[in-house]
Amino acid sequence: MMRMQPDSEFSGAPVSAPAAPIAIELSDASVTFGRGDRAVPALSKTTLRIADGEFVALVGPSGCGKSTILRLASGLVQPTTGVVIVGGREVAARALRVGMAFQNPTMLPWMTIERNIMLPLKIVEPFRSQFRKLRKTEFRDKANALLEQVGLKGFGSRFPWQLSGGMLQRANLCRALIHEPRMLLLDEPFGALDQFTREELWSILQELWMTHKATVLLVTHDLREAAFLASRICVMSARPGRIVDDSPVTFSRPRTVAMTFEPDFVALNQKLRTFIVDARSAPAEGAT
Amino acid sequence: MSASDIRQKAWSAALIVLFFVAWELFCVMTGMSDLVLPRPSEVFVTLYQKFPLLWPHILQTLATTMIGFVLGVGLGVVLGAVIGVSKTAYDTAYPLLVGFSSIPKVAVVPIFVLWFGSGSVPAVLTALSICFFPIVVNIATGLATTEPELEDVLKALGASKLDILWNVGLPRTMPFFFASLKVAISYAFVGAVLSETVASNRGIGNVMMTASSNFNVPLVFAGLFVLAGLGVALYVIFSLIEGRVTGWATRKNDLIAT
Repeated sequence: MMRMQPDSEFSGAPVSAPAAPIAIELSDASVTFGRGDRAVPALSKTTLRIADGEFVALVGPSGCGKSTILRLASGLVQPTTGVVIVGGREVAARALRVGMAFQNPTMLPWMTIERNIMLPLKIVEPFRSQFRKLRKTEFRDKANALLEQVGLKGFGSRFPWQLSGGMLQRANLCRALIHEPRMLLLDEPFGALDQFTREELWSILQELWMTHKATVLLVTHDLREAAFLASRICVMSARPGRIVDDSPVTFSRPRTVAMTFEPDFVALNQKLRTFIVDARSAPAEGAT
Repeated sequence: MSASDIRQKAWSAALIVLFFVAWELFCVMTGMSDLVLPRPSEVFVTLYQKFPLLWPHILQTLATTMIGFVLGVGLGVVLGAVIGVSKTAYDTAYPLLVGFSSIPKVAVVPIFVLWFGSGSVPAVLTALSICFFPIVVNIATGLATTEPELEDVLKALGASKLDILWNVGLPRTMPFFFASLKVAISYAFVGAVLSETVASNRGIGNVMMTASSNFNVPLVFAGLFVLAGLGVALYVIFSLIEGRVTGWATRKNDLIAT
């Protein structure tokens, strides 16, 4: 269960091959923003391996580097030291084409929801070169099929300001999935929503994951959310973050909101909570 | 249009009428000389009588304004896009731009005349140089305010800077762009007239100069009225275009061009 980071200069390529192929692999990856006196360590040497098709949640106190891991996996940030391998290659955003969604749904206000969702198809090949030809037929159907799956049937022709926050976040998930990415990176996607909408979207996201089979990395503050959605939860320490606990979540799927009140689930939450409280009360020595 | 809108417009019109009436009364009661301040009625009569004479000059001024404006917008968009895309370029170029824009344009007219002789060219250049700054600033600001999350989403998809500029950055600047067009057209107009006043033998600015040296004060004022009318007309035209193109930014209409 506990998989502490090796503090030694261990940098060789890991040899042990798990059953499923590895989707994301961080080997001793650290990230420091800025340089010299003003260098801020955002992530200390972290090793993390995520298998293809896994749903991993990252939890931890704020500012602990959760989002940095996400940005490493997306290729938006390069590790200062160590190696990040995604889909068998060292990362560069251009090669990855991962789906991403943030707390802010960032729908473009001048486009209908449908066209907003199709935006990735304008950018990613092989869709890009067919966009003009198929945007009114195949691609639009694709967008609407996704919208239907998240319960937004018939909202494709609306504009973003005509939708509520929860609806926009559903559309945001659709946009992240339209180009059929192998990997979905979510940074507190439901953080700004009310409790009930959030729980509704958990079920939707779970269903999307079960049908699309993408690898998901979810960053969240919400322990119930992590336990509901993830097949594995990684707990991080305070800045500069490192992973202090890594446990599988074995509740059967599809999980329901009712399950989150059962003793096993509550116990797991309690355990995660303790980890985070510990991490908060004992800030890392190096973080001055 | 709601009742309060109509009332508002009626008050605006009433204020304009009141202004001219007050002016007329002031001249009549004080026995003001035509050479100092002609009565507005006199100005309107002059405007009517001299209109055939003024017409080619109006066209000249409009032409130099529009050419300068179009060139200024073109230059402004390109420059704004370049400095808006990169934070470094923005910070680097900004002081120079502010420096340029704070030079009173009347001071550069003699330089343009020195380089290109008097006539249309300095008028176009003055219009250009005075109107491109608001465009640059607005385009650059619009681009710089693109949500970082959305940029991350697109970059993670492998989007190039150009992809992001084309799909997100430029459409987002449209409200800023059209707002700046309204300002820029007025500026361009001021620039063109300014240059005509200093060095040209055509255009409304020149007519006013000539009239004032002949002490034809009513004609000077007639020129002024023409300028005010044209300025308002240009502003209104661009306001209407703005409303059409960037309606999404005001969340009022559903007729949005994509």
